[in-house]
Amino acid sequence: MGFSGFRVFREGLRGNRGWARQWRDPEPKPAYDIVIVGGGGHGLASAYYLARNHGLGNIAVLEKGYLGGGNVGRNTTIVRANYFLPGNSEFYSHSLKLWEGLERELNYNVMHSQRGIINLFHSDGQRDAFARRGNAMINQGDDAVLLDREGVRAHVPYLDFEQTRFPIHGGLLHPRGGTARHDAVAWGFARRADRRGVDLIQNCEVTGIDIVGGRVTGVQTTRGAIRAGKVGVVVAGRSGQVAAMAGLRLPVESHVLQAFVTEGLKPVINQVVTYGMGHFYISQSDKGGLVFGGDLDFHASYAARGNLPAAEHVMEAGMTLMPMIGKARVLRSWGGIVDMTPDGSPIIDKAPVEGLFLNCGWNYGGFKAVPASGWAMAHLMATGQPHATAERFRLDRFTTGHLLDEEGTGSQHNLH
Amino acid sequence: MRIICPLCGARDRREFTYLGHEAYLHRPAADAPPEAWDEYLHLRDNPAGPTRDLWYHEMGCAAWLLVERNTVTHEVLSAVLVHDVAEGGA
Repeated sequence: MGFSGFRVFREGLRGNRGWARQWRDPEPKPAYDIVIVGGGGHGLASAYYLARNHGLGNIAVLEKGYLGGGNVGRNTTIVRANYFLPGNSEFYSHSLKLWEGLERELNYNVMHSQRGIINLFHSDGQRDAFARRGNAMINQGDDAVLLDREGVRAHVPYLDFEQTRFPIHGGLLHPRGGTARHDAVAWGFARRADRRGVDLIQNCEVTGIDIVGGRVTGVQTTRGAIRAGKVGVVVAGRSGQVAAMAGLRLPVESHVLQAFVTEGLKPVINQVVTYGMGHFYISQSDKGGLVFGGDLDFHASYAARGNLPAAEHVMEAGMTLMPMIGKARVLRSWGGIVDMTPDGSPIIDKAPVEGLFLNCGWNYGGFKAVPASGWAMAHLMATGQPHATAERFRLDRFTTGHLLDEEGTGSQHNLH
Repeated sequence: MRIICPLCGARDRREFTYLGHEAYLHRPAADAPPEAWDEYLHLRDNPAGPTRDLWYHEMGCAAWLLVERNTVTHEVLSAVLVHDVAEGGA
């Protein structure tokens, strides 16, 4: 049954007894045509679009924990299409368009809020770079507005504009950028994928990938062996381990990225504000908590919590930018394990094993990519060809030199 | 996280700059094929557990260290000077 305002009203009058489980909890079958490893946002979206765009059935999503319990529930929920390089630009533009229709598509309130993103700049050189980026965004069909200092002040008057370290010269406003409720994105895709017959199998960890004669034949799991014609590995954060089961080494190093949330406050920050020079960005959730973060801890890590130095640095940067938040109490902090690639861009490609497909390397930008990533992964697995918006996300680009280094920081995993 | 510098003793992680995995010690020959350079620069075992990586004691003795540590627990097990490691890695 669909969700609607009318149903909420009706259930309210009937003691909310009419709500049913949103998806089944099936036992794994011995064989599927397609197995997706990883029940996060990207994996669930991949399964959904395999069914929805390509009419495929007999698909399973295998999740070692619970649906949406990984990075899709650990990010800071920002949705944007403000990329510069060909390859990234069209992909994230496509993703934002999918976001704009996602609630209708999934019949699910993902609380997508296009509240605007302001990227601050602090020098003439940075202004030029942001103007160029804004022009690239406009050329891609997305939106960007270059703001001078007074323009920024009109939106966010509470910043410390005269700070000595990085005085604010202006900002690039991306009005269609914003946030969404991350758990709801996973649940929305899960519910619709289940509706189309996809088996969502939780507490089912993949422990091996079966390969016979260079071709994938299935996976070994904690709930038994499952045969599969095609296997998609969508396990960002753990891509290295799962790829190793197929004898592969990936251009990925796992790092921890921390995030923080304060107690709920009255509405005060109406946009997403990023302060790249200080390594800080912030938004306010619909519950009122200030949600913020900064950079990586900078060393390889699988500890889903960070170290104190990065936490301290983020707090300092926040206080430099907006001293008004100093009295807000931090409720909790956490870390997400992210796949860092040497150029900061993702991989959606065939693996060098027949029937095995990789979707990984999302660095710290995977959440906004969820719909387009699923769309492109489904296209690749169904047709064997890369989708037009993702054809540069190749695994071999590191050998051939066709890197997508959006920030121009060089081929070191922790610098993106 | 504290790293035990062989020259300075146990020092706060803030004093050190991380470069990457020990793989960086295995630099290919200049005329090696692109695949060898790809492996050196990009491909990683990316272990969850014990690993060895390179740290620079930037705010201390300025030595390069080969640090053995655990990526899951953040426990630091040992550190030696890269200078003392044979060419091509330990």
